[in-house]
Amino acid sequence: MSIASLWRTRQQRYSLQGEICPDCHQAIFPPRDVCPYCSEAAGPPHTMSGRGEVYSFTKMFNVPDGFKAQRPYTVALVRLEEGPMVTAQLTDIAEDDVHIGMPVEMVTRKLREEGDSGEIVYGYKFRPFFAAAD
Amino acid sequence: MRTVSIIGIGQMPVGEHWDLSVRHIAHHAISAALTEAGAEQVDALFVGNMLSGSLLSQEHLATLVADFCGLRNIETAKIESACASGASAFRVGCMAVASGMHDVVIVCGVEKMTDTTGGSTTAGLATASDAEYEAAHGVTFVGLNALIMRRYMHEFNAPLDAFAGFSINAHRNGAHNDNAMFQKPISLDTYLQAPMIATPINIMDSSPVCDGAAAAVLVASERASQYVTGHHPGAVQILASASANDTLALHDRKDPLFLEAAYLSSQKAYLQSGITAEEIDFFELHDAFTIMSALSLEATGYARRGEGWHLAADDAIGAGGRIPISTLGGLKSRGHPVGATGVYQIVEATQQLRGEAGKSQIQNATIGMTQNIGGSGATIVTHILGI
Repeated sequence: MSIASLWRTRQQRYSLQGEICPDCHQAIFPPRDVCPYCSEAAGPPHTMSGRGEVYSFTKMFNVPDGFKAQRPYTVALVRLEEGPMVTAQLTDIAEDDVHIGMPVEMVTRKLREEGDSGEIVYGYKFRPFFAAAD
Repeated sequence: MRTVSIIGIGQMPVGEHWDLSVRHIAHHAISAALTEAGAEQVDALFVGNMLSGSLLSQEHLATLVADFCGLRNIETAKIESACASGASAFRVGCMAVASGMHDVVIVCGVEKMTDTTGGSTTAGLATASDAEYEAAHGVTFVGLNALIMRRYMHEFNAPLDAFAGFSINAHRNGAHNDNAMFQKPISLDTYLQAPMIATPINIMDSSPVCDGAAAAVLVASERASQYVTGHHPGAVQILASASANDTLALHDRKDPLFLEAAYLSSQKAYLQSGITAEEIDFFELHDAFTIMSALSLEATGYARRGEGWHLAADDAIGAGGRIPISTLGGLKSRGHPVGATGVYQIVEATQQLRGEAGKSQIQNATIGMTQNIGGSGATIVTHILGI
């Protein structure tokens, strides 16, 4: 991703900023110009809570350039509690301990480094969510 | 609209062609197809290709290939829709001839994936996904298919070896195809012991990175008889050509376990041709990963949701089965040179319908279907061919 693209998507990567459709009230992430549910104009901005559950996951051994230092890592589809699904890495957990349906929460982590002297890209990952005891 | 026929095919053996460039392998397929067709003049060349820009730093590919083949003063364009580039280009060729805008069109699918090292090829393939919201998180194409397969196994209680039959069938069929990358059968043990690429997908679930080129010459069916003379192997008719899309990103699908674009494009194809799924003699589906075989069979009407893998387990997909698939090795054994794959499927279907499939021949085959998938199910192109 280019510097311009990273700058444009900073609200999404750092705070899961999506939208709530004014017509059908569905939550949308990432933001779109057209609501995928009712085809009306999407918006206004809405920040997701960051909580969700694991829909599916995979431990990846063959990885693209830029991600080799972290190999292997676990990528998941996370269903956010507002409804949208996101693709993201899991962190702070071993793959053997992951299961479908596991509650997770968003954290900000390093996604990749662009070469030896390049910029570090930060964004969302998800870790196990433990509710506080009463 | 005119009906369209294939009057010539050509293909490069799929493999790792380090000694040849993209223009050489494309020329090999194109010249073979033109020679077989006996066509001296073509009006247009449409090239299906996904990665020439990112892996070879070469765009403007169709014009380069035409120039190298000596095809000057004609129309040229590259068609790109990820791994569905080949069938998309073929469909553009069909539309050009059907509409009457061109009389003789050649379509070539070509991909050169082995000029680069593994990491950059993997990154190139990942450009078929959403760059900002999928690839940015380090997920690859294998990874996206693994996410689908894990959830499928969870929802439908499919065991880990449920998909072995797809891989075993593909290798059994590819063993007799001189143009296949892997020409030897595999056993269940080989499948079970294969190393993981992205859990639960192992190497034997996955099609290989490779180079390849395939080509087909199209004319209006009413003019095919001009070419089908002497030793010509005969024309094959396009009975249906259809394409449909879905959300680009897997995470945006209404149901990530259903290939809606495969359902829609096959339904359109059945409607166009008046042919039902049960009348089709063989099906060249997009087995880039074994899970895609299961999902494709479900979306095109051969199995109920969650039951596609039963067809492999029951061996209903072999040469004498209910619906033979990957009859010349499929993507798994013939290989998956991504932008070329859709045209290989057309070329192999033509071989089957002309009775030229050797030991892989489906007896008395008169109708075949091909289906080419781009991305994790975002663009899906279906063709039905017949004699």
